[in-house]
Amino acid sequence: MTTPLLELKDVYKSFGDKHILRGIDLSVAPGQSLVIIGGSGTGKSVTLKCALGLLTPDKGDIFFDGQLIDTQQEIEKARERTGMLFQGGALFDSLKVWENVGFTLMHRQGESRKVTRERVIETLAKVRLGASVADQRPAELSGGMQKRVALARAIIDKPDLIFFDEPTTGLDPITADAVNELIVEQVKALGAAAVTITHDMASVRKIADEVAMIFEGKIIWRGPVGQLDDSGNEYIDQFVHGRAHGPIQPAI
Amino acid sequence: MNLAQINPLAAIGRAVLGAMAEIGRLAVFCGRTLGACATPPIYLREVWRQCLQIGFFSLPVVGLTAVFIGAALALNIYTGGSRFNAEQFVPNIVVLGITRELGPTLAGLMLAGRVGAGIAAEIGAMRVTEQIDALHTLSAKPERFLYAPRVIAATITLPILVLTADIIGVMGGWLVSVGALDFNGSIYLQNTWDFVTSDDIVSGLIKAAVFGAIIALMGCYQGSNSKGGAGGVGRAATLAVVGGAVLILASNYVLTSLFVKLGM
Repeated sequence: MTTPLLELKDVYKSFGDKHILRGIDLSVAPGQSLVIIGGSGTGKSVTLKCALGLLTPDKGDIFFDGQLIDTQQEIEKARERTGMLFQGGALFDSLKVWENVGFTLMHRQGESRKVTRERVIETLAKVRLGASVADQRPAELSGGMQKRVALARAIIDKPDLIFFDEPTTGLDPITADAVNELIVEQVKALGAAAVTITHDMASVRKIADEVAMIFEGKIIWRGPVGQLDDSGNEYIDQFVHGRAHGPIQPAI
Repeated sequence: MNLAQINPLAAIGRAVLGAMAEIGRLAVFCGRTLGACATPPIYLREVWRQCLQIGFFSLPVVGLTAVFIGAALALNIYTGGSRFNAEQFVPNIVVLGITRELGPTLAGLMLAGRVGAGIAAEIGAMRVTEQIDALHTLSAKPERFLYAPRVIAATITLPILVLTADIIGVMGGWLVSVGALDFNGSIYLQNTWDFVTSDDIVSGLIKAAVFGAIIALMGCYQGSNSKGGAGGVGRAATLAVVGGAVLILASNYVLTSLFVKLGM
């Protein structure tokens, strides 16, 4: 049996008296694309932040490539093999596009600015952005272009695992589809595993090999994307069809 | 003892514990950031960028403050001095007041407003837009990439600004003294030069370096702790200015006492 690249075992996380994660169990195999769905405030982003070491779980274990991640050193080692696309892109406003994309090459690998710039332009081409974008500031780009720059930053160091946090939020359907296609293409090209959280069912169907649903801080269903429409799970049915009535109460 | 008697004590206890925890968090933050300032790698390109932002672009506001303070100081000293026929000491007291006290303190307070708020707002915005999380995922420590360059830049540039403010402030006093109080211009400058000592200037510059570090540390600390969107960023900027200003005034007293003890 293949060792999962990422594994969360019985992970709990609370903020004060708000119990967000209540025993999350999750694993992702190398090369697998897992999409986590769930309503607002169910713990999707917190799960991702725990997996990235940005939040420390109250209880439970996180393993990366079979190694327990319980020290800052282990977190840093795992991050060297991980890429992340944040919901809003999280590009550094003060840096040019090429400095954003090549940040990890310069600051983690000590690559020269000249070599970094060349590699960035190659990577920008992979996400269908021209070299002219390299010297622009993030604020000068459209939302779709910012997402593609953020994708370029996530893949430039050829990670084994990429996290995508709501990759198509705020984009029109056509741009969203283009971003989804790029994600699938680049993840496949790298042979990387991917963990995506999203509300967008079009993204789920395009990106996922498997889908897991979080509800009230636990995974309540997991299965291949092909089983989404006949899962036999009333929570999944309500979410997939976007119905206000059902076992999940709307977050308003 | 009934609840009405216990509750005020509990409230005081909570406030004290909260204040102690905040001081502890600030101390840890300052320790980590100053550690990052003192050990490699130092991001020199960022330091240079911050030197321009903090130092160069603050020159107009500091210069204007200095010229008006120097001018007002000369008028006040002339008015006070004329009560016991000591008008001739205007150049001496202007240069002493500017170099030792008003130059560093007022430049520090102006920068607490301009730079402290700017740093807190910028880092606060980075916090709420997940840019600081992104730094962590890219294996870069915010204290090295964001905070240390700002603290180093503020510590270097504020003394340079204060030195400039000293010169402009003295010239402000000279302008008023020559233009409105019938002083001889060259004698005024000669008196200033003869009276001022290197200790006057150096003590002001040491204060300026400490104030620079305080401004940048408070801006970074409040910005890095901001939460809750635009309102949180605004609150961080306000706290950075208020905290910075209070700490500047408090440390000014401590440093002045120290210099007096050292005979500076």
